[in-house]
Amino acid sequence: MREGASARSHHTSAPGPPPGGGGRRPPHRRRVPAGLKGWLYLLPALAVYGGFAIYPALSTLYFSFLDWDGVQLPSWVGLENYTRVVSDPLLAGAIGNGLVLIVFFSFVPIAVGLLMTGLMSARGHRGMTFYRTVFFLPQVLPLVAVGTTWRWLYSGSGAVNEFLAAVGLGWLARSWLGDYDFALIALGLIGTWCMSGLCMVLFMSGAQKIDPALHEAAALDGAGPLRRFLSVTLPGLRKEVGIAGVITTIAALASFDLVFVTTNGGPAGQTNVPALLVYRLAFNEGDIGAASALAVVLTLLVIALVSLIRLLSREK
Amino acid sequence: MRVGAPVSALRYGTLSLIAVLVLFPFLGIVLAALHPTNSQVGGLSLPDQWSWENFRLAWVDGNFAQLTRSSLIIAGWVVPLTVCFATLAGYALSILGVWGGRVLSLGFVLGLTLPVELLVIALYFNLREVGLANTYPGVVLAEVALFLPFGVYWMQSHFAGVPRELVEAARVDGARDSAVLARVLLPVSWPAITTLAVLVFMWSWNQFLLILVMMQSPDMRTAPTGLGLFAGQYGTNIPLLSAASLIVIAPIVVVYLLFQRSFVNGITRGAVKG
Repeated sequence: MREGASARSHHTSAPGPPPGGGGRRPPHRRRVPAGLKGWLYLLPALAVYGGFAIYPALSTLYFSFLDWDGVQLPSWVGLENYTRVVSDPLLAGAIGNGLVLIVFFSFVPIAVGLLMTGLMSARGHRGMTFYRTVFFLPQVLPLVAVGTTWRWLYSGSGAVNEFLAAVGLGWLARSWLGDYDFALIALGLIGTWCMSGLCMVLFMSGAQKIDPALHEAAALDGAGPLRRFLSVTLPGLRKEVGIAGVITTIAALASFDLVFVTTNGGPAGQTNVPALLVYRLAFNEGDIGAASALAVVLTLLVIALVSLIRLLSREK
Repeated sequence: MRVGAPVSALRYGTLSLIAVLVLFPFLGIVLAALHPTNSQVGGLSLPDQWSWENFRLAWVDGNFAQLTRSSLIIAGWVVPLTVCFATLAGYALSILGVWGGRVLSLGFVLGLTLPVELLVIALYFNLREVGLANTYPGVVLAEVALFLPFGVYWMQSHFAGVPRELVEAARVDGARDSAVLARVLLPVSWPAITTLAVLVFMWSWNQFLLILVMMQSPDMRTAPTGLGLFAGQYGTNIPLLSAASLIVIAPIVVVYLLFQRSFVNGITRGAVKG
């Protein structure tokens, strides 16, 4: 953010009114002020972004204050929908589940990524391109396909249970996504599978940018590998951990595709997440007001957490 | 710091173990897809008789031929439009400078955190009013709007990194703004544009909720959305479902392998700058 902002301020200050000696500027530039002409280039992006993102976002905000089934005339109910979002166990529970998913989508992958980076040490390794390609793969796949695949792996006679039986843990076997206690965890672990590679790739490339002299200096001071990891590598990865936190937290809170195809909220609402209820309330149950209020709360939660992570990971 | 063979072996062993964990589900569905359709496939197993009929069934009967076509139509519009609009806007914000440019930049960056859930409800009702619901243009424009924040931000920070002297030199020679963009900036921007294009293609291909809500006609839905609904319908026919999943992920995997560096750089560097 800092790099971008400084670059931006540099360039936005440069044009504006033409600096003194107008002789440098070709004549045609005098006809339309520079500050206006840029708007022509901005127009297509602004029109589409404004019409298809900002306007709908504000409309949803407006809907959140209405009692509306999408067909009949809406009526204004003020904050009633928001009261429901925080007090209705169904809706508040979904937000809670979304927060639980952050543990599996965010914390665990970041821990795995850091562990692997520590294990690999800062220097490059042969064949890393291959591993990087493989680790990053889950990031590019449609989550719907990931979900259908894992639903099968988690099924009663699926590969996960086969593996457990093979290592003597057969008594643990169950239909994971249909299990009242384990469904949310099983769902979260799919997220761990998706996100760990991203964190590893991010951190390993970040660790290579750390000045090797820092490691050498620490080693000369008698720091062991663990000590060096904690006081050189980890602080050096501050920014990367922040980025990983932002990407994975958004993925956890706003997850829809994965849940829709694996559990669809079940069993008994154990894996309801906000996005799923937004969809269900708006398009199956015709409760546009509550769906919109939940979507707004979800957005505010995303913005709050992202800002918090940015603040914490800012370099001093 | 020299490391011995055992440490090195441990490192590669761990890396390989994780690689196996990542690839294992793919191996699973490739094998499952080759089983006779409707047969019971538990875990990882080699089929007794190899069968390609699942791919044919999914492609023809499962309508994946039409769904893939629809996906390509949408991505075929979304990618060039997003890249083009983002390039123009990025150029205006970083090189030309506009009145209120900082506020606008901020407005686009804010869009990076807006989840699609916030937009779909109103998009559905708004577009229904203007007759754009359930049409390609409606979905295409909605996706362009969704990807523009990243696109604008990406092109803006790319242009900001181009040496200022290049632009100034062209201006001294009397080049118009459009000429500066076309003849000076674009030639040095292809790597950034390629990265943006492959990322947008991926996001468009993988988009699910937006299509689910906005496309009511089964034939106009995209391949992943079709798969999501297909999974509900044929949930127990694992070989068929696996073949359908492979059809859906194949295009994106091919693009990923071709532009691997762009993907990794785009997602990691795009976020680093943000």
